[in-house]
Amino acid sequence: MMLSMEGVHAHYGHIHALRGIDVSVQVGEIVTLIGANGAGKSTLMMSLFGSPKASAGRIVFDGEDITRLTTHEIARRGIALVPEGRRIFPRMTVLENLQMGAAHADPANYDADIARVYAMFPILQERAAQRAGTLSGGEQQMLAIGRALMSRPKLLLLDEPSLGLAPIYIRKIFQIVRELNRDHGMTILLVEQNANQALRVAHRGYVLQHGAITLAGSGAELLASPDVRAAYLEGGGHG
Amino acid sequence: MSAVVFAHHGLTPAERLRDAGWIAFVALILGVPLIGLTTVDVGGRLAVDTRFGLLAMAVIAAFGGRLLMRWSLDHLGARKLARQRAATDSGAGRAQQVVNVLGWLALGASVALPLAFSDNRYVVDTATTVLIYVMLGWGLNVVVGLAGLLDLGYVAFYAVGAYSYALLSTQYGWGFWEALPVSGALAAAFGILLGYPILRLRGDYLAIVTLGFGEIIRVILVNWTEFSGGPNGISSIPRPSFFGLEFTRNAPEDGHSFASFFGLEFSAMHRLIFLYYLILVLALLTHVFVSRLRKLPVGRAWEALREDEIACKAMGMNTTNIKLSAFAIGAMLGGFAGVFFAARQGFISPESFTFSESAIILAIVVLGGMGSQMGVVLAATLLVLIPEFGRNFAEYRMLLFGMAMVLIMVWRPGGLLAHREPTLRLSADGKAAKGGA
Ligand SMILES: Nc1ncnc2c1ncn2[C@@H]1O[C@H](COP(=O)(O)OP(=O)(O)OP(=O)(O)O)[C@@H](O)[C@H]1O
Ligand SMILES: [Mg+2]
Repeated sequence: MMLSMEGVHAHYGHIHALRGIDVSVQVGEIVTLIGANGAGKSTLMMSLFGSPKASAGRIVFDGEDITRLTTHEIARRGIALVPEGRRIFPRMTVLENLQMGAAHADPANYDADIARVYAMFPILQERAAQRAGTLSGGEQQMLAIGRALMSRPKLLLLDEPSLGLAPIYIRKIFQIVRELNRDHGMTILLVEQNANQALRVAHRGYVLQHGAITLAGSGAELLASPDVRAAYLEGGGHG
Repeated sequence: MSAVVFAHHGLTPAERLRDAGWIAFVALILGVPLIGLTTVDVGGRLAVDTRFGLLAMAVIAAFGGRLLMRWSLDHLGARKLARQRAATDSGAGRAQQVVNVLGWLALGASVALPLAFSDNRYVVDTATTVLIYVMLGWGLNVVVGLAGLLDLGYVAFYAVGAYSYALLSTQYGWGFWEALPVSGALAAAFGILLGYPILRLRGDYLAIVTLGFGEIIRVILVNWTEFSGGPNGISSIPRPSFFGLEFTRNAPEDGHSFASFFGLEFSAMHRLIFLYYLILVLALLTHVFVSRLRKLPVGRAWEALREDEIACKAMGMNTTNIKLSAFAIGAMLGGFAGVFFAARQGFISPESFTFSESAIILAIVVLGGMGSQMGVVLAATLLVLIPEFGRNFAEYRMLLFGMAMVLIMVWRPGGLLAHREPTLRLSADGKAAKGGA
């Protein structure tokens, strides 16, 4: 088991944002988390990352209890996050952004890792000297993913990578997710509003509602579930 | 000011009012002791008087000022964003070259200056002042320009450096070069002391607390008379010597003075020129030090922190250490400048370390274009020279100063040299090569 959250609660002040979350991710899996705006998807990812800290429950990563660790300690254990809204470093160049991703990685891997990222996203090599803030939204998302990969994570967290992108870029992002998993064996936890496509690429999925998991199953099961169809695919979804 | 420090966009009117309300509230809390209460001399005895009318005005001003500032920041931010998108980076390489040439010219001019004006006391003195501000600007640039932490109390570290040297030299007979590292270390310790409690604060709130810190140090210096001499300050601070040779008219019994050793006629200018070169060397060392740091992981981390704190943490960076290191190094450089200041003046008092000093240093960093080393030099030169030229206009001098600042910001909202030099360059094949200069 790569990751397990057991009965995790989290609060923002007096807002009870996560109410007893049980989620697990196996090595080599793509697991997706779907839910409406404000359901707590980003909070779940961030609490995994120690910000906000779980107020109850346990988070185990790679056999180690990380519930009490600080954010940077967790990151150094081998979890990389592509945060919601990308959060690249806008005034630094593309190359510098990628290097920041490798800030705590083994320098011996640097050349191989940057070559791998460039092979995956040729546009980043072309734009290496450009200020990251001047990239297009889709390019910025690739940079955010590339930056996360530079640390050679064991687990990659993607928070709404398709947010605000044109359909062609959305397809590209999902294709990358699939490739990363299939060709590089990357374990991925994917948060998406784009439930249809997310459930198609994922091995398993969870539905989050008001800070609690209401449904869990394989991607295909959830896609077929009438509840999921009604709430996220036919009415609200835009996949 | 940079949209990075105040990264807020699109507030609703209600949010703006609430935000301004908070600031007014903070102004009220701070204002009660600072403005609301005052001591008056009643027949030789001190009594406390209240000035609540003035306080009310200050609070209203804070409220209105905040509304206005928020509004204009949002507008500036939107404009800047639009421009950044429009600007391509193709011109950046040329801009960088121009800046480099400018830098070497400035260096040449500053080395030659005392030779050309070897008998003009005023010019050498003013140039020394410019260099002190350049050094302070470079120090604060680490904190504000690189790490993006808005510090309004920087003068506190300048004061710590100055008083450390003053006390070490007058009380314990330490020399300039012995006291310099110790005073720098003390200032750095104060930087960490300030850094700890404010680790969680950002932007405006950080600015308010650092402002308070600067005032606390000054108030302590004014009131702790036995320690700091109170408002009278400390005088007869020894001047630095030239490798043991004093700049005195008459050589000591058993040795030489600077003039007698070199067989020169005694001139008061010798000391001034020596002081000028001393601060020039200190400033250049600062520049080399900061430029090197910028290319090391710690410098990159500062910039990344300025750009996005959450992303930094997600990359496994320890933001606590990054912030503290920025505060410590910025403070240390301010401390060095303070040591020089005390040694040059021979006399210091809390008067020299008021908030307006902090404001000028911050203005230098912002006008120079947050994070730009050359920009700081330009801005420091302008901000020292404008009031000097303005002397002819007597009472309009400060008005001129303010107008110049407004004009610069309107003309170049990103600062005089807003271009940021990448920490590494690309060679032709697209692989990274460590950047020079
Ligand atoms: N920093 C914060 N402080 C206070 N409340 C927060 C904070 N971040 C999130 N919340 C609240 O926690 C709840 C869950 O938010 P979260 O961002 O996790 O939702 P989400 O599922 O990611 O939504 P979206 O799809 O819109 O990104 C919301 O009610 C939100 O208002
Ligand atoms: Mg979210």
